[in-house]
Amino acid sequence: MEDISHLKHTPLRALHLSLGARMVPFAGYEMPVQYPDGVMKEHLHTRTAAGLFDVSHMGQVIVRPKSGKIEDAALALEKLVPVDVLGLGEGRQRYAIFTNAEGGILDDLMIANRGDHLFLVVNAACKDADFEHLKKGLSDSCEVTMLDDRALIALQGPHAEAVLGELWADVSAMRFMDVAEADLHDVTCIISRSGYTGEDGFEISIPSVSAADVTQRLLEHPDVKPIGLGARDSLRLEAGLCLYGNDIDTTTTPVEGAIEWAMQKARRAGGAREGGFPGADRILGQFAEGASRRRVGLKPEGRAPVRGGANLFADTEGKTLVGKVTSGGFGPTVDGPIAMGYVDATHTDNGTTVYAEVRGKYLPVAVAALPFVKQTYKR
Amino acid sequence: MLKFTDEHEWLKVEAGVATVGITEHAAGQLGDLVFVELPETGATFAKGDTAATVESVKAASDVYCPLDGEIVEVNQAIVDDPSLVNSDPQGAAWFFKLKLADPNAADALLDEAAYKELVA
Repeated sequence: MEDISHLKHTPLRALHLSLGARMVPFAGYEMPVQYPDGVMKEHLHTRTAAGLFDVSHMGQVIVRPKSGKIEDAALALEKLVPVDVLGLGEGRQRYAIFTNAEGGILDDLMIANRGDHLFLVVNAACKDADFEHLKKGLSDSCEVTMLDDRALIALQGPHAEAVLGELWADVSAMRFMDVAEADLHDVTCIISRSGYTGEDGFEISIPSVSAADVTQRLLEHPDVKPIGLGARDSLRLEAGLCLYGNDIDTTTTPVEGAIEWAMQKARRAGGAREGGFPGADRILGQFAEGASRRRVGLKPEGRAPVRGGANLFADTEGKTLVGKVTSGGFGPTVDGPIAMGYVDATHTDNGTTVYAEVRGKYLPVAVAALPFVKQTYKR
Repeated sequence: MLKFTDEHEWLKVEAGVATVGITEHAAGQLGDLVFVELPETGATFAKGDTAATVESVKAASDVYCPLDGEIVEVNQAIVDDPSLVNSDPQGAAWFFKLKLADPNAADALLDEAAYKELVA
């Protein structure tokens, strides 16, 4: 057995163990990879009812403007992200990325406007570096605080709204990417209508001391089952969502990563606050001229899964390398293998056949539109 | 004669031919299988070579050849329905039949009691 005694725990660890979770190391934490139902059933349950995920390993950061004016925090943060933060209304949330001077991606994150401060959720593996990056970039004008006394759970799936509605009637007034504060069983939580599965759902920040209680009560609902990291990965892959470190990283730009949609007009060429973020020259240059490679969906034609790391070729002999798979596996809802990866600009059209090297064979894979399953966000 | 390896394969040896599969313990650890790749009939393997591959939603895993020998038959049923490996790993979901290079080589493998102790 692997020694996992040095790993950090979330406030829900005892609950996971009581539910029979198999725990694995992930980003320095001991996390549930699956429960006794297994990845397949957990995945399908999330798509048909409601799945509950512990994502407390992620970083929750408050950025508070010293001036008291939220605009000052927004403008300061815009120096680190190529995203329109100033235009983000109170009670709204938006996807963002931290870029580096070369236009690569340091992390992806969510930014919420909470009225008098910004509330950020960043990846577990990057959170310490992100925190230093934020302090260095913003400390002149803002107080940056990592919240280490809060848990974070996600409730995802078509029944998520009804389940949460039993605790908080106003939930149905929320739209996709709204953020609000609400009392669940007399515990004040920060709730956003968002997630990482492609389903409608919510992410709920809870004070650590009450996290197990609130989570346990949600799990008492017959429609809700706990879901591990295994199904979290297959759900996000079907939804076409990037995993930082696999699908985007410091070597990929937002244009190469096909996440230009995360950069609003205000930050693009000709926008009100064009550029002004790390790597702007390279990124805006790629907006104008295109990039030499691009992230695409990949649908293996046979039944064999094609995993991250597999090389992609233009031919069946492995002569002309045209790309690489960054995430791949089996999609339980798709009922077949799915993947995503980078291909040369000449191979990005949907329907283009490339060949993935798997155990010495070259398996045909079609470039395919993302997502693989229809997103069901309540816009 | 039923034997086991510490790589979680089982072998049922009859007249110098071993029917080989993965144990219930292994199937449980792997989780729901979605893909199985079997060797070609006629292929020869040394002990420890990768003879087959199984894939779950999460990951691919190798199935090793438990002894030196030649593949004389494979079980197409588990290729057509990989979930059979989860439902009946030590029965209908055998992987391949291996003609042993040394019919006595299986004697040195684990017996059922020793294997049960290994995974206990």
